[in-house]
Amino acid sequence: MSEVPTPTQLHPAAWWLWSLSLGTAATRTTNPLLLTLLITTSAYVVATCRPTTPHSHPYSAFLKLALTVLLVRLLFATAFGSPLPGTHTLLTLPEVPLPHWAQGIRIGGRITAETLTFAFYDGLKLATLLICVGAANALASPTRLLKSLPGALYEMGVAVVVALTFAPNLIADVRRLRAARRLRGRPDKGLRGLLQVGLPVLEGALERSVALAAAMDARGYGRTAEVPAPVRRTTTALTLGGLLGVCAGTYGLLTAEGGAYGLPLLLAGLTAALTGLRLGGRRTPRTRYRPDRWDARACLVAASGMAVAAALTLASAQDPTALHPGVIPLVAPALPLWPAAAVLLGLLPAFIAPSPKEPS
Amino acid sequence: MIRFKDVSVTYAGATEPTVRNVDFEVPEGELVLLVGPSGTGKSTILNAVSGLVPHFTGGTLRGRVTVAGRDTRTHKPRELADVVGTVGQDPLSHFVTDTVEDELAYGMESLGLPPTVMRRRVEETLDLLGLTDLRTRPIATLSGGQQQRVAIGSVLTPHPRALILDEPTSALDPAAAEEVLAVLQRLVHDLGTTILMAEHRLERVIQYADQVAVLPAPGATPALGTPAEMMAVSPVYPPVVDLGRLAGWTPLPLTVRDARRRAASLRNQLTQPASAPKGRGELRDQPHATRSRQHPAPPELAGAHSLSVTRARIQALRNITLTITPGETVALMGRNGAGKSTLLNTLVGLTKPSSGEVHVGGATPHRTPPPALIRRVGLVPQDPRDLLYAETVAAECRAADQDAQATPGTCRALLSDLLPGIPDTTHPRDLSEGQRLTLALAVVLTARPPLLLLDEPTRGLDYAAKSRLATLLRTLAAEGHAIVLATHDVELAAEIAHRVILLADGEVIADGPAADVVTASPSFAPQVSKILAPQKWLTVTEVREALR
Repeated sequence: MSEVPTPTQLHPAAWWLWSLSLGTAATRTTNPLLLTLLITTSAYVVATCRPTTPHSHPYSAFLKLALTVLLVRLLFATAFGSPLPGTHTLLTLPEVPLPHWAQGIRIGGRITAETLTFAFYDGLKLATLLICVGAANALASPTRLLKSLPGALYEMGVAVVVALTFAPNLIADVRRLRAARRLRGRPDKGLRGLLQVGLPVLEGALERSVALAAAMDARGYGRTAEVPAPVRRTTTALTLGGLLGVCAGTYGLLTAEGGAYGLPLLLAGLTAALTGLRLGGRRTPRTRYRPDRWDARACLVAASGMAVAAALTLASAQDPTALHPGVIPLVAPALPLWPAAAVLLGLLPAFIAPSPKEPS
Repeated sequence: MIRFKDVSVTYAGATEPTVRNVDFEVPEGELVLLVGPSGTGKSTILNAVSGLVPHFTGGTLRGRVTVAGRDTRTHKPRELADVVGTVGQDPLSHFVTDTVEDELAYGMESLGLPPTVMRRRVEETLDLLGLTDLRTRPIATLSGGQQQRVAIGSVLTPHPRALILDEPTSALDPAAAEEVLAVLQRLVHDLGTTILMAEHRLERVIQYADQVAVLPAPGATPALGTPAEMMAVSPVYPPVVDLGRLAGWTPLPLTVRDARRRAASLRNQLTQPASAPKGRGELRDQPHATRSRQHPAPPELAGAHSLSVTRARIQALRNITLTITPGETVALMGRNGAGKSTLLNTLVGLTKPSSGEVHVGGATPHRTPPPALIRRVGLVPQDPRDLLYAETVAAECRAADQDAQATPGTCRALLSDLLPGIPDTTHPRDLSEGQRLTLALAVVLTARPPLLLLDEPTRGLDYAAKSRLATLLRTLAAEGHAIVLATHDVELAAEIAHRVILLADGEVIADGPAADVVTASPSFAPQVSKILAPQKWLTVTEVREALR
């Protein structure tokens, strides 16, 4: 089989590994300088590498969500929550007296710089994580990732893709039908309106699912190839046995006594399950159109992300004070040099990933 | 290629077979058109070819359907996927993936074609259907015509030997419909694909058909023959055939071009109507025409003033100014996405204007509480099902009376007036398209709004249902209702509209008497006006009356 011209897109799994690794790195630190550096890194890569399809706007949505999370965290720290014993009082809000059983909860009262700083660090960590997930979504849509599932899991992947495209349709239906209530002279707002359109919306959704199922069937979904019985039986045995092995292995790893047999059992289970999946793939005669290829660049992109995660994990173990700047007493966070340099490794994709031009 | 041998289909729970004694063959490489009034089982016949009837829908199929030698009894739809491609009525419910390129590849992936073949065929199909610029676009952002082309492309890539299409142009504007039909013709001519297609809008498709199969009535035996032969006996026919029958031409002309060649004598016989541009007014619209002449400033019922609407950063309407007077029927026409529906929605307050103003009966629609608004304006939406929530027709009518605070029984009486014979106990979803539209119309009319809006009312209606609707709307207009309808159906607009407003890109590009506006535009001109140009006749009815 001759080679298909190289797709200009990087394997989606590489982008997801890279983004989630940056996210993991973010959970290892509360240093605002490092977190900002992580955000900047991912934002730069997104800006240079994201595909220019008109549909790739999830990043801004995630940015907004991250900002909201940060603000909500700060708001909660000011309005409620247990105060940290700080000395720098910024302002005092009138405090609502609460009965003694509600100890530990506070509404209003003294707001210290320490409380705010702590909340800010904490919120920023969460925000960075969200932005990293947003970066993954912007660089490679989850549906593309699902397409890379092994053949045996293909039907499950299609189910998820269909569900993903189905939810927006359902929401559009609800909106349209609620609006249509106006045409009957009924108020279009309120819970009752929502309940009354519920049944027609469900009926419509059901009709559409049936139509889609018919269309998929007519287009060859679910065609199976003949597989000899021994192969079929081996597949079942391997998959089931593998899954059992994984369960037992995980249990072994988590319990104190099972340290010795845990890891080998887990690995054996995983191998068996993966072999089972591979064999199971023989049942479906499907092929894949322009499959994403896992090439050297994909390796490098994934590796650069994982290097950042590993470096920050190591740093947080070795130098916890630098990665978690103190709040009490309040000190200005310093930029730890080598972790910062490690974060910059995450910029690698911006230079090696293909340019975001649409494949022509 | 496709062979029906004495086929009858009875659905579960039905006492009578839906189709009976279907016995014909679609030869390889021909385009066969399946015509007939609604409810005669056209979709059932189409779905029997792909095996969806009875494997997917249930029911009993007697007889035998074979496609390329494969019997649908022993082959499931998925096992026929490499020889038959099926596109249903709604292309949106056909799409499995979310981008154009993936959608084109989906069928081939299921069949397990090698990647190199897939790649080549996707490129070929993109070129064939003119979709190259759209290859990475999400399907949801495409226009109706583009979606229909993607749907056809998605079943073409596995190179099926037969293509089954159910109403491929009914949701499209005239230009988009021509695009799709041109593609189909190319497939038949260049690739030798066999096409079996059902379509209500015969004026669009009849000229492309090699043979026509007519289903005259529910359960009747279909007859197959050349288009001209079949049109002479068919209960449904396009205006060009109607005119041909009227003038006694044999063989019947099927295209505007054929008819024009024969029409010279008819044109002489007709002579230009006495008051040239007002030809229609003389025939039918006398009361309205004189009324507007007597009152230089007719009472304004509704209107918009420099109205603009921006939705999701797209300017749907720009700077629209118009007035609607009582008793007039206005047809809003234009491409898919030109802003017709948005304008209607703004008139009933579903959409807020972003600038400018709109008023209906002295009120601003989006600020008027719904119970008060329905006495001023009523809209029948594109899908009448949106309006219907109840379990039975009777319950729906009762609810409408309550909503409009009308005396109980008003809605039911209206419905029986408009279309007798709709049973009380039927579920609104089980009604035929025409019946459902009439029910929605009755529900809207219960509040007696002086302004009635209809969005694409003829989608899925056969000629009989359409002419019933036309009569109905004409009566309502004569009673003083103002009617605004957004439609792609040039024949309907020619039939009932006094005035036509053409929209393009959210702007009004023409606004004037129907006869002037539609004859000036080749894509919106009805067939009769194309045949009899430069005389300004619009419908066969007019010609018939003039010949008397």
